[in-house]
Amino acid sequence: MNELTADNLQLWRGEQHVLRGICLAAAGGQCLQVTGANGAGKTTLLRALCGLVPLEHGRIFWRGRDILEDREAFHSELNYLGHDNGLKADLTAAENLHYAAALRRRARPQDIALALERTGVAEAAGQLLRHLSAGQRRRVALARLALTGGSLWVLDEPGSNLDERGHAALAELIDGHLRAGGAAVVATHRVLDLAAAQLRSLTLQ
Amino acid sequence: MNQERVGFAGAAGALIARDLHLALRRSGDTLQPLGFFLVVTTLFPLALDPQLSLLRDIAPAALWVGALLSSLLALDLLFREDAQDGALEQLALCGLPFQGLLLAKTVVHWLLTGLPLVLIAPLAATALGAPYGAMPGILAALLLGTIALSLIGAVGAGLTMSLKRNGSLLALLVLPLAVPVLIFGARATALAIAGEPLAAPLYLLAAIAVLSATLAPWALAAAVRIGLE
Repeated sequence: MNELTADNLQLWRGEQHVLRGICLAAAGGQCLQVTGANGAGKTTLLRALCGLVPLEHGRIFWRGRDILEDREAFHSELNYLGHDNGLKADLTAAENLHYAAALRRRARPQDIALALERTGVAEAAGQLLRHLSAGQRRRVALARLALTGGSLWVLDEPGSNLDERGHAALAELIDGHLRAGGAAVVATHRVLDLAAAQLRSLTLQ
Repeated sequence: MNQERVGFAGAAGALIARDLHLALRRSGDTLQPLGFFLVVTTLFPLALDPQLSLLRDIAPAALWVGALLSSLLALDLLFREDAQDGALEQLALCGLPFQGLLLAKTVVHWLLTGLPLVLIAPLAATALGAPYGAMPGILAALLLGTIALSLIGAVGAGLTMSLKRNGSLLALLVLPLAVPVLIFGARATALAIAGEPLAAPLYLLAAIAVLSATLAPWALAAAVRIGLE
């Protein structure tokens, strides 16, 4: 069973108590939407869930196993999209996806083209990333998400810079992921366009 | 969602290919360390009295100081950009051994600064009056020395990647650790030019290279993880 649970997460940043006893759960087929004001700790929480930020207290479990026990196995199922797209400005969209996919799975050129098409940036495949707009770059990053898969998606403001059709493509992408049994944790200000049964929410104070 | 996973070797190979691809797109930045090395080593004969014995005396120092500084020159960029655009996070979270992937990036640093330097060293050494018989020794020493310099330097680059202006701090961190390489490398070169047996400093250089190859990936992974927090 794909399930991410976290128990009493505590984290201090200097004098600031950022995560104060967070408990959460996201099962397969469910999307946990994390909301909260700017500076409430959404990004910190997501990075902690990925194991990028060490916690002072609390444990995180994926399929009932502490993620620190076998970090590589957990990460091989995780797909994280942060504020930064993680794409290289001096490579084209298709080259970026090619090299990004090579870290995770074998991708054929037609898979890459299909992923770019799903997020509506097929025409940008041959263009250097530095020549694309911020919204198009975000779409290329979403295409990487679609291409590389993984059963747990942790997305930090995935809709930033996207237009209406971009938001629709994002919702479709997440919906497809959930239907396939995947779990997702998404930090966002905007309510995701998903069925109510798929959505759970967590508000950080 | 069961997809064909890639093995570590395939992923590391793709990472090396990506970085070389990027380096090719910015050939100006890529050639800078090599140009620096050539300029430094060829300026010495011009500035000094053109006496062969004098040139031969300073040749080891000029070659090795040039090699060390040109290796430092490219270090600043090794992880900086990947840290800023989020590519390093993707590497850390891709489920493959992080040490190995960072070692692959270090290999790229060596391929772009160390290897060209070794290839061009005969030219620089000739300009400094080294006899042809000394070339194998000089090249062997530079080969081992540049490998060690890339590995030691990468740890420093990992530690300073998230700092705003990290050039001087990077040099402060790396130079003391690189001093043994400089000493044994210059010694091996001096012995090669004098036509004496140089096995002892070469063995020591090889030992430093092996030791850094063994320890650096772990120190590097720890340093970069701290930078990513």
